[in-house]
Amino acid sequence: MPKSLLPWILVTQRLGIALLTLVIVSFAVFFATELLPGDVAQILLGQAATPEAVAGLRTAMGLDEPAMQRFVGWLVGLAGGDMGTSYVNKMAVADLMGGRLVNSLRLAGVTTLVSVPIALTLGICAAMWKGSLFDRTVSILTISVISVPEFMVATLAVLIFAVWLGWLPALAYGANVDSWSAMLRAYAMPVITLGFVVSAQMIRMTRAAVIETINTPYVEMALLKGASRRRMVLGHALPNALGPIANAVALSLSYLVGGVIIVETIFNYPGVAKLMVDAVSTRDLPLIQSCAMIFCVSYLSLITLADLIAILSNPRLRR
Amino acid sequence: MMIERSSAFVIPTPKRLGYSFNWVGRIGLAVILFWCVIAVIGPWIAPHPPGEIVDWDYFGPMTGDFWMGTDYLGRDIFSRILMGARYTVGISAASVALACAGGVIFGMVAAVAGGWFDMILSRLLDAFNGIPSLLFGLVVVAAVGSSIPVLILTLAAIYLPGSYRFARALAVNVNATDYVTVARARGESTPYLIFTEIFPNILGPVLADLGLRFVFIVLCLSGLSFLGIGVQPPNADWGALVRENIEGLSLGAPAVVFPSIAIATLTISVNMFIDNLPTKIRDRSE
Repeated sequence: MPKSLLPWILVTQRLGIALLTLVIVSFAVFFATELLPGDVAQILLGQAATPEAVAGLRTAMGLDEPAMQRFVGWLVGLAGGDMGTSYVNKMAVADLMGGRLVNSLRLAGVTTLVSVPIALTLGICAAMWKGSLFDRTVSILTISVISVPEFMVATLAVLIFAVWLGWLPALAYGANVDSWSAMLRAYAMPVITLGFVVSAQMIRMTRAAVIETINTPYVEMALLKGASRRRMVLGHALPNALGPIANAVALSLSYLVGGVIIVETIFNYPGVAKLMVDAVSTRDLPLIQSCAMIFCVSYLSLITLADLIAILSNPRLRR
Repeated sequence: MMIERSSAFVIPTPKRLGYSFNWVGRIGLAVILFWCVIAVIGPWIAPHPPGEIVDWDYFGPMTGDFWMGTDYLGRDIFSRILMGARYTVGISAASVALACAGGVIFGMVAAVAGGWFDMILSRLLDAFNGIPSLLFGLVVVAAVGSSIPVLILTLAAIYLPGSYRFARALAVNVNATDYVTVARARGESTPYLIFTEIFPNILGPVLADLGLRFVFIVLCLSGLSFLGIGVQPPNADWGALVRENIEGLSLGAPAVVFPSIAIATLTISVNMFIDNLPTKIRDRSE
């Protein structure tokens, strides 16, 4: 076996694991929403329903079939884009989701664009001046952000930017995003909050990745040959730290998935997460299933992407 | 070769044994102990009944009578935080105990047994790690409804795979050491290997991991309560207190600020404590 094939074998293996994980995750979601709650027909019709009505609805919904068969049917439908019908307003889940998904992706995209450059700069600088006042301040700030709940970051952001400074509206999402300033005002608070949560992780991981490269003998050699600290980090250490940094970026972005649920709720932002939280309060199970699957798929793809970058960027596997 | 010992009797203080904490760790420990005590005795020292409306004004300011202001119904926030400590600390402690006990036992068994059992269990639990924690909670609570036992079990299930992974990795290392090989050659049983040879040697790092997992669980529980599917009214943990009073945010009401501060003090002090554990406890297996 030629050694150059090794990274590609690892990549295929990793993709296979991701696919297997996806099947197990979808089974867990299906099991939790279809089998745990008991009789869905009974829930839909309420306590006062006659046994005949419940039995009729069960047959109509196909609930009499074995669970495994329903699971496969649901999975096939999902793969083909058929996500079922909402219990509450009888609309197709796909129609309910369409616009919301675009909104959520836009929020995630803007947050990524804002936070990645800032986080990488701060992380690399903190590693460059390790142990300095700047490094310690950044460390304390990132640890504080990581160890408090996301809604607290949002609360603090509102207190500072809306209540004390009065720059931005507090909790309202302006539906009319016709002008640039209106759009900026509508997006600012959610993006600031999510940006803080994601950046904190990214700064810590970037700093660790760069410091690990700085500690290698060849970088020390550069320092001994008289390279300045900046040149040592940017010219010698950074190129080899790019792989771990890209891995860190993808991993930190997976925190968006958890953060977005809280942020969309607190700022009343019309995205998939808000749709899902509302669906939970009305126990609209098909909607919950589809939203949960969307979140799981995006989370899994980001984690898998991080692993793939780590495999492909490791030169030791390529020789 | 004989090692020369001083004949003077040395008192085995924590410091001499290498178990002393620095001052950051001590502050962390003090805050953790403070909240644990409050969780037990909180309701008895509360100045007002936590569920009773005591002020006609809602979102009242901090006064001598109401130390942390009043909430959206005019209830005393200070008393409600003291009561909320019981839910936040109690539920989190119960689930972290379940998650870590389960994870560590499965992890040690998988490491010692190896083979198919290890592979299937590892794959399965790794797959569960692929579900974002808050989402897992949302789905389960949506399906079975929210109650305190459901919350404890769900949170334990969410954090068990991480604990399993950690304990298994440690146990695999210990399992490869000479003294375990010797014990196995002596013909000791698997339970003996697990509880007498492996468990004592992974205990330190496992306890440190338990602390970090406690923080994750507190954050997840607060998040669930904040979304309205955690602890149900009229009871409230700290996350639910923030949710109830979120309307007061634009007024800058103390009712939103203090429950948040309570969560932050607990989680940050656990982190401070764990980060400053003596290396003898934290990295015992190395």
